[in-house]
Amino acid sequence: MAAITYISPSGEAQTIDVPVGDSVMEGAVQNGVDGILAECGGELQCATCHVYVDEAFLGKLKPIQEDEEVMLNVTASERKANSRLSCQIKVSDALAGLIVRTPPAQK
Amino acid sequence: MPAGVVIAGAGQAGFQVAFSLRSRGYDGPITLIGNEPHIPYQRPPLSKGFLAGKQEIRHLHLRPAAYYAAQAIDFLAGEEVTRIDRPSRQVELGSSRQLNYDTLILALGARVRTLSLPGAELDGVCYLRSLDDAADLRQRLQQANEIVVIGGGFIGLELAAVARLAGKRVSVVEVQPRLMPRVVSPVISEYYAKLHRDRGSEIRLHSVPSKIIGAHGRAAGVLLNDGTHIPADLIVAGIGVLPNIGLAEGAGLETANGIVVNEYLATTDPCIYAIGDCAAHPSLFTETLIRIESVQNAVDQAACVAAAICGETRPYTDVPWFWTDQFDVKLQMAGLSSGYDQVVARGDPGSNKFSVFYFREDRLIAVDSVNRPADHIASRKILGSGSHLRPDEAADEGIDLKSFAPAG
Repeated sequence: MAAITYISPSGEAQTIDVPVGDSVMEGAVQNGVDGILAECGGELQCATCHVYVDEAFLGKLKPIQEDEEVMLNVTASERKANSRLSCQIKVSDALAGLIVRTPPAQK
Repeated sequence: MPAGVVIAGAGQAGFQVAFSLRSRGYDGPITLIGNEPHIPYQRPPLSKGFLAGKQEIRHLHLRPAAYYAAQAIDFLAGEEVTRIDRPSRQVELGSSRQLNYDTLILALGARVRTLSLPGAELDGVCYLRSLDDAADLRQRLQQANEIVVIGGGFIGLELAAVARLAGKRVSVVEVQPRLMPRVVSPVISEYYAKLHRDRGSEIRLHSVPSKIIGAHGRAAGVLLNDGTHIPADLIVAGIGVLPNIGLAEGAGLETANGIVVNEYLATTDPCIYAIGDCAAHPSLFTETLIRIESVQNAVDQAACVAAAICGETRPYTDVPWFWTDQFDVKLQMAGLSSGYDQVVARGDPGSNKFSVFYFREDRLIAVDSVNRPADHIASRKILGSGSHLRPDEAADEGIDLKSFAPAG
């Protein structure tokens, strides 16, 4: 388990222990975190699990692959330098304490 | 007190109506009725990651069990609507309970088409539709050595790939002369036949099964009508689905190959909508009513109906899209290709990255992309905007497809 904190656009924080190996998206969906829709279930088809990753953790994430890059270009909210799709962030011990912010809109 | 919304069917479409209504602030009663013993879950992984043992049930749940009570969604598991009384706007459930509705949504899905062959009732002949089917199949797959898949469509090929990756002997039997014949062009079919053969599966096209052979009360092989006998200890048929229309027929609603709806997804009774796999709807992409079995269709039709219930009625016009994962190859499809009269390829199939563009009377109607996600996303936008892409432009890799896709 690693503690992941999800912060809504209005500043509400929820910290959830997510099993190592699950994605940050799955941690949100399985615990009913608002603001992450994940309509395609993590298949890189929908871009509705967009998050802004806290800068301190950006360097610890695996690089963005082509299919994620394509979907990040069609997010409903502005793409920023710290934008990622949460289905592509696999939780590991190294990511304990990760903070992600959900965008104003996913669709 | 309003009677609220009753949703018959708790698959992706049924779940999504409830979810979208609450997300929009709808505060009336919502009852979500599912005939399986599970909370709503995703179906696509059943023939992919879940079957392969890479995902567990908790990964499939669309939302956790606590979500329903927290959102005041009355979720009834293992229950189904057995009768609709339209004049009194009331449904009767299998448990004989009665519920009133202001709006009824039929999200009844589809059921597998079964084999009508001698021996089809033998143990070891399986189908894949529900989570319980998949959990059973996953166990059987572990113990099996020789698998015959009847039907070379998406489901059959996905599970053939999973079985092959698990080291099993795999044969795929398809009646038509090519794979996925209803949905993709020959160039894609050929690519996939080669893919599966290169990975060690036997692909038998133009092959008609005539009998399931049994031994000791279990399925032991498939006999083809040319006399070929393929031994098997597990046979899985993926030969399509039939829409669940009986409830609608019983209520006197118009049905065809599905429950007939208008462009707003309303049935012939304006208080009753039908969405997802069971709905035969008009489309900008076809000239006839069409029924689409996909996550996109379920989610977007649900959102369209939720908007209508909240007073924002709009026609359903979303661009259809689909995907299938087989081995490490992703096929993404946008639009509907039926009725195409011209096909052009962009990229070389030999490179494992290419797209196929389908035109009808010079108008782009669909695009299939193999390992080219950027083409797929640009194509969704082009198809949704009505912007004009010519066949020669589609084939020219020097032309950026994004320049034809509206921004945003």
